[in-house]
Order: sequence, then structure tokens, then C-alpha cells
Amino acid sequence: MAKHKISVTINGTAHEAEVESRLLLVHLIRENFRMTGTHIGCDTSHCGACTVILDGNPVKSCTVLAVQADGAKITTVEGLEQGGKLHPVQEGFTEKHGLQCGFCTPGMLMTTSALLERNKNPSEQEIREAIAGNLCRCTGYVNIVKAVQYAAEKMR
Amino acid sequence: MIPAAFDYHRPGTLEEAVKLLSSHGDQAKVLSGGMSLLPMLKLRLASFAHLVDIGRVPGLDYIKEEGGFLKIGAMTRQATLERSDLIRAKCPILADAVPLIADPLVRNRGTIGGNVANGDPGNDQPAIMLALGATLVARGPKGERSIAANQFYKGLYETALARNEILTEIRIPVPAARSGGAYAKLKRKTGDFAVAAAAVQLTLDAKGAIERVAIALTNAALTPVEASDAAKFLAGKMPDEKNIMEAAKMAAVKSSPSADRRGSVEYKKEMARVLTARALRKAVQRAGGK
Repeated sequence: MAKHKISVTINGTAHEAEVESRLLLVHLIRENFRMTGTHIGCDTSHCGACTVILDGNPVKSCTVLAVQADGAKITTVEGLEQGGKLHPVQEGFTEKHGLQCGFCTPGMLMTTSALLERNKNPSEQEIREAIAGNLCRCTGYVNIVKAVQYAAEKMR
Repeated sequence: MIPAAFDYHRPGTLEEAVKLLSSHGDQAKVLSGGMSLLPMLKLRLASFAHLVDIGRVPGLDYIKEEGGFLKIGAMTRQATLERSDLIRAKCPILADAVPLIADPLVRNRGTIGGNVANGDPGNDQPAIMLALGATLVARGPKGERSIAANQFYKGLYETALARNEILTEIRIPVPAARSGGAYAKLKRKTGDFAVAAAAVQLTLDAKGAIERVAIALTNAALTPVEASDAAKFLAGKMPDEKNIMEAAKMAAVKSSPSADRRGSVEYKKEMARVLTARALRKAVQRAGGK
């Protein structure tokens, strides 16, 4: 089985790796590049803990091959903070108590930051629909919605 | 979970992709969005020695109206369909269905071609293809051929596609005036397959009677089920409540689901009846009837 030489840009930094065909994007990020902010939850494409932004769209990185991401621009939770300043969604989750155990949080942050790129003023319904693929097992959705609304206001 | 080892190929053209499929035979599988295939490989429910990724083949991602057809490229992502004004205006049945498929993150990767060609009875778009009378265009070593959607589904994960053929385009006849379509789906939660779902596409005549109708069911058997008896019954009749209820009952009789954690056979058949009636009512309303 041949290995593949791939290059990806993660949070603005170019990375290269030689990977097996079957390596998953989430493992590339966590193990090859040692960025462990992206979590592995269900590992079956249900929970969204592994969500990263791939060429502008939030996707479940446990269900993308690393080779499929060759040449892509990826943002992980480590890339949200800019120059020591939290991203508005991070600030919102802090201010509005948008997390309890915190396991789903990196995925929630990626999905909701992508939502706010596309929709500056989402309704509660739109926020809830956007995070339908991200599960919070603490069931803290009420505060997650408030956190996103806080961020939306901040970004306007 | 990590899939069994395989070789990954990224052809730059369709010809190259078909050549790869031809040379690897049963050992090769087309990778489109990967939202069904990759979980199956990870769970080791399937394994292939070669994956042929058509994700970078140019010219497979489009939605356009041309010559009386809506033409959708096989690599068009579900999220792209979801945001398409053309789909919303011309094909409300698809606009109904797409937001009910998986979840928004999966729809950012999953493609209509994968959903249609996968051959899983739980996929939503196959029944819609039957209801719409779509034509599925495939490319193989001898060139292009067209397959009617009602000739496409052969069994569980078995379709009319040969091992070395790739679905490239979906052609949907642009619905005539006084047409309406609807998709009604019952699922337990986001991301789940349907307990039952019904796709209806119909055209009314000038008097408001049903001129033409097609009804198809999702997850009601090993392949999508076309309820042709119910459609025949409705043809020429007024779409009143009595006829709709009778047709829905006939459609449910055609469904032969199996019992699983989504419900018993009796429950699923009853839901097929209820959802067929709902889809019929909505389709009639959209066609401008009452």
C-alpha cells in the first residue's frame, strides 16, 4: 500500500505529511500534528466533537480521509483565537456558560463560528438547525444558543 | 475506528476513473462524499482494496436547467442543493428532502450522486428519483448511457451500474404547469434514517383532477418501492380526502419493511400510509389544487 505525500494549511500554517490512505483527518490533526483541541467523540459521524472547518465548511473530521484533505485550508479550534484575543463565539461560550463538561465544545465552536460567517443574524431556530449535527450530552443547548447569540451581536 | 488498508486513487478525469475501476474490478469502489462509504469501511461492514475518489474530477458539480430538464452533477453536495434557488423553485420535493438528510455537517460533504447510487434503502433521494421519473446518466468504458430511475435499483446495495460505471448526472424533467411534489419523512432524531417516508410528484388537469401521479416509499423494502397501484387508482380522480386516504392505504400495502429498533412492521406500514397521505395533500396544494 503506497503512502501519499500531502500538504495542508492548518490555522494558516503549512504542514506536510506522508500518510497511509486510510488515515483519518482527525488522526492527522491530533496525532501527526499534535493538535488535540479537536476531539474524537462517537467516531461514527454522529456527534460532531471532531468538527473542523475544511475549505470554509464545517465537517466531521472522523469521516474524511487525510488524503482527501490534500491541499485544503483547515481551521481547528486552536485557530479561532487571534493575537491573544478570543473569537466572539469563544467569548460567548465563556460569558453565557455555553459548556459544562466541555467535550463537545470544540466542535460546537467550529460549527457556530462557520454559521456566523454565513449568517450574521441567525434566529434561534437557525442556530438550533446549524448545530443539529453536534451533540451535547450535558444537554446544555439553551446556553449554547445564548452563547451564539452573544457572539452574533458582538460580531455585528 | 480505522478502516482496513486500501489504496487511494485520485483520478483527474472521468476516463481515468473508469479505467481504474475497470482494472480493479470488484476490488474497487467509487468514493464521492464518503458519508456512507467511510463509516461502512470504519465499521468494517465493507472493505475494498481500492478507492477511486471522484472528488476532484472537474465538471461533476452543477445544478442547471437545460432542454426541459434540471441537470444535477453527481458530485453536487447536499448543502449546495439546500441553498439552490433553482431547486426550491423548480423541484420542491428535493427542497423538502435535503434538510431531512443526516445533519448539516454531513450535508457539507455528502453528494446527491452518492445518495442516489449507494443503493441503501434508507437513503432518501432514490424514492424521490422514482417519483420524479428521473434519468440517471452513467459513464463507463463504452461511453455514456442513460438509465431510468425505475430500472436502477436491483437489490440491497445493488444497482444497474456496472462495476466500472460511474453515475455522473441526474436529469429531472422540469415539472409541467399545475405540478406539485412533496416528501414527507418520519425519523426518530436528526441523523437517523426514515422510519418511513413518502415521495409524491403529481400534475393536475385544468379541472383540478389528477392527470399524472407517482408515489414512492423510502426504507419500505430492500429497494425504494414505487406504489404504482395507488398511482393508477388516483389517475383521473379528484384529489379529495377520500381518494387520498384510499391511495395512501394502497401505497402502504405495497410496503414490506422489516422490524428493527425503528419500529414493528405494523407501525412502519401505518406510518407509510400516514406519510403518503401527507405528501399527497402537500403536493396537491403546491400544484394549486385544494
